[in-house]
Amino acid sequence: MSSTTVREGFLARPSFIELNARERARAVLDTGTFRELAGPFDRLKSPWLPLQGVVAQADDGVVIARGSIDGESAVVASIEGAYQGGSVGEVSGAKLAGALELGLRDCQLGRLIRPVLLLETGGVRLQEANLGLAAIAEVHAAIVALRRHVPVVAVVAGMVGCFGGMSLAAALCSRLIVTRQARLGMNGPEVIEQEAGLAELDAADRALVWSVMGGEQRHATGLADALVEDDAEVIAAEVRRAFAEAGPPPRSEQVGALIARLAGIDGERPPEPAALRTLWGSGAEP
Amino acid sequence: MERLTFTYPAREAVVQRVHVGVVGSGDLEVLLEPSADSDAHVAVTTSVDGFGTVWQHVLDRFFSRFDGAAAIEINDFGATPGVVLLRLEQAAEALRN
Repeated sequence: MSSTTVREGFLARPSFIELNARERARAVLDTGTFRELAGPFDRLKSPWLPLQGVVAQADDGVVIARGSIDGESAVVASIEGAYQGGSVGEVSGAKLAGALELGLRDCQLGRLIRPVLLLETGGVRLQEANLGLAAIAEVHAAIVALRRHVPVVAVVAGMVGCFGGMSLAAALCSRLIVTRQARLGMNGPEVIEQEAGLAELDAADRALVWSVMGGEQRHATGLADALVEDDAEVIAAEVRRAFAEAGPPPRSEQVGALIARLAGIDGERPPEPAALRTLWGSGAEP
Repeated sequence: MERLTFTYPAREAVVQRVHVGVVGSGDLEVLLEPSADSDAHVAVTTSVDGFGTVWQHVLDRFFSRFDGAAAIEINDFGATPGVVLLRLEQAAEALRN
């Protein structure tokens, strides 16, 4: 293939990153099956943001959609990264937790439902701190309960990434799909720089930030299951594969292996990102 | 944060609901649905105070070409007048399709 053809193919692809939360949910569901629950016209807005002088969005930045994936019943929760950094507040958190808990109830009644989380979030919304934290705890509990019945699939596509308590939610999922543009970590680069200093991490150094917490690095060190191009069709196909093929047990059940990995690291002299790939390589357990 | 309301005369009934945009930096969301009466009503919530006259001009221009009896809610996060007009046109176009 000539470089021109490669470039044309790249430009012609339907980008997933460029889609908003609603379009992303539509993209992973079977064509024509998207049906939104608790949508913008229900006006489930944050009651807290206007009190603090911040304009609220009508759906609080989370899209919950029912539909099907490969003909099987599915529920998709998609976070809008452009609204308040995809942060989880009282209402958006309740929508996320509620969707997963209702999915769990369906599974317990023998009606299996395929749950998909499209995560683009800085974690808890600081203006609603405790309420957001409580909701994220409910999300974690629901994922762990739900994954006993069906795989819980998460996608982090970028460009916000997935941080804070919601990075733990991503890590609890049965299968985690990332792009090169994705970032995944407990603390975001700005927080690390602010708290630990410029010498620890220069948040403006994009190459460094992505080499540490980017999707490619997370996949290469076995902390994400699939690395895909920013292509809505490719991502939809990878989501389908996650449900069709039985994967390994969830990473977070392999606690012993994860602790052993950490034990091999000298905290005083942490390895460079490339060295970590050798040390932890994606083939390594877990 | 400021709240503004506007009313315009309308001729055509609106029978659909349309949602476009996002309350992101330099952007806004528009919720357009049938009005409860025969006029068009716009309720703006904006993060930027003191631009009531500019909103009036932008909406005057939009309603010079749009005569639907719509109840429009705008949640704005610092969009420029051009972006506001584009989002309103996008909502009107979605209504036509």
